Amino acid sequence: MIGKGSLPVFIAGKLLKVVFTVWIVTTLIFFLIRLMPSNPIERYIQSLVVQYGMTYEESSARASALFAIDLEANLFSQYLDYLSGAIRLDFGTSFLSPGVPVTAIIAARLPWTLFTVGMGLLFAFALGIVLGALAAYRRDAWWEPVVSGTSSFLSAVPDFLIAIFLILLFGVFTWGGRGSIVPIFQLRGNYGPGVTPGWNWAFLRSVWGHGFVPILTYFFSQIGIWVLLMKGSTTSCLNSDYATIARARGLRPEKILRSYIGRNAMLPIATEFAMRLGFILGGSLIIEQLFVYQGLGLELLKATSNRDYPLMQAIFLVMTVAIVLSNLFAELLYGVLDPRIRQEGKGPHG
Amino acid sequence: MADTAVRLKTHNRLARSLRHVGDAITRDIVGAAGFGILFLIILMSVVGPYFFPLDTISDPDKLLMAPSADHFLGTDHLGRDIWAQVVSGGRELLVLAFLTAIVAVLLGIFLGSLAALVRGRFDAVMLFLADVWLTIPRFPLLVVLSGFFRLDAVALAIVLAILSWAGLFRTIRAEVLSLKKRDYVEAAFMLDMPIGYIIFREIIPNMAGFIAASFTLLMRAAIYAQVGLVFLGLLPLDQNWGVMINVAWNQGVIYNPDAISFLLAPTIVICLLILSLVWISRSLEELFNPSLRK
Repeated sequence: MIGKGSLPVFIAGKLLKVVFTVWIVTTLIFFLIRLMPSNPIERYIQSLVVQYGMTYEESSARASALFAIDLEANLFSQYLDYLSGAIRLDFGTSFLSPGVPVTAIIAARLPWTLFTVGMGLLFAFALGIVLGALAAYRRDAWWEPVVSGTSSFLSAVPDFLIAIFLILLFGVFTWGGRGSIVPIFQLRGNYGPGVTPGWNWAFLRSVWGHGFVPILTYFFSQIGIWVLLMKGSTTSCLNSDYATIARARGLRPEKILRSYIGRNAMLPIATEFAMRLGFILGGSLIIEQLFVYQGLGLELLKATSNRDYPLMQAIFLVMTVAIVLSNLFAELLYGVLDPRIRQEGKGPHG
Repeated sequence: MADTAVRLKTHNRLARSLRHVGDAITRDIVGAAGFGILFLIILMSVVGPYFFPLDTISDPDKLLMAPSADHFLGTDHLGRDIWAQVVSGGRELLVLAFLTAIVAVLLGIFLGSLAALVRGRFDAVMLFLADVWLTIPRFPLLVVLSGFFRLDAVALAIVLAILSWAGLFRTIRAEVLSLKKRDYVEAAFMLDMPIGYIIFREIIPNMAGFIAASFTLLMRAAIYAQVGLVFLGLLPLDQNWGVMINVAWNQGVIYNPDAISFLLAPTIVICLLILSLVWISRSLEELFNPSLRK
């Protein structure tokens, strides 16, 4: 029997929501681009008319070839065309580099962003939960205010300001006349000149050297949040009845922290982690600009300033879908870990 | 006579709650530091420009100078005093962040309490829309939007407020739902009080701390977005700390150790401003929700 609280119904409901959300965002982007008073297509036609002295019809024909849409057709059939393309992951070709499919550009840029932001997130998460649990468990230790204070400081400061500080500390300031820690040229780009991409030692070392400070930036901008979240979660577990009983039974503190507190405290943190995975792609615009790091964020910025709208809408859609999927993952995770959620048929905050 | 008596009573109540706030501030050092820093920054931005006017003409003899007695934060790439720019750079940022927070809070209160009080299909639809909205990455959306519109500062403030409706809607809705079950609100409903009266006299005052805390966090988000967009050069603003960072960065100031204050000064002020806002919000939350205190 499949009742309201069963897992299949729960999952089906969430999947339906994912499809609906992606559809709404896709539609929004479509109408944003077609219906805006000075939409890119109209602007392109105007620029052809002004620059090359073409007639409006000529420029219009050229624009529809370039943008791969039929401007003569009515809006609704254009919309259907666009949707069916989006379903097949076909977003047309880039405007600035004609002939290059947008998906190819994204596929080339995506791994770099995943690498840097993902590494930063992983390190911050790993160290953050350890520090957070310790800070909650040893509330009276002298270093607890230091850890908590630093965490709340780091979680408050905007990430791009952290990046500026790190660039100054690592790449600019000379420490005792011995030169900077990281040569400044390593703070620009993904890898140095003269290395061939592939699985060779020189390339990997160059990638690591260039990625180090960006990763450190993502690490510092996230660790504070994890420490604070884990500390809060652990504190509430410490005050629970089962923790009191475990202490009363005289169990060793390490045992209590590991088996009784840690696991329960990790429940909300794991969900939060799943949710934040999705923001990996969208959270890197300014930092990639600072480090001239050729990732997805920088590509979106370039596409925006060049009005390369097929690229723009595809990157934005990829960023949104990443968040939607990670939300789904988080909700499913929570639903599996905590059956009470399924009963209500809503998310943790519903 | 009765009129003055009533006024006297409300005055006393105001004085008493102000005293409570004062007590809490002195007990909470972090909150006090936050209020202090914010006050100093506001003071600097309001009064400062009269004492330290901006240099309007460039001085080619004094390009990118290190801090000295005349210019204690040094000079920029056109030989203008940096301290004067720091002093003048906050006003617009603060006013716009304030505007964003006010519009967003009003929108959130209106939609959130409406949905919680009306319930039914309206509530379900709004909740679903909020869920969808929250999955759209905010900053990339702003970047894309700035590719379509020439956003000016005020328009950006309003757009930011509208973009942040969903988070506040959800929390305020949840808050109102729990307040709705309290006895005094149910009593007001039974007495057939108008819905506006119930919202503004019974529910909002009980969410004051929560709203104040969200307010400062919204200001923080607004400052982040503004400075970020300005830094990327997507927003034309004339005199502001984000512009200073942008110009300093593009002038390659990081390669010039003497002139590093051109980049560092606005960065540090923005950090201080945001820290003060976060500290204030935390202390306000603790003030109105004593269970959070250690």
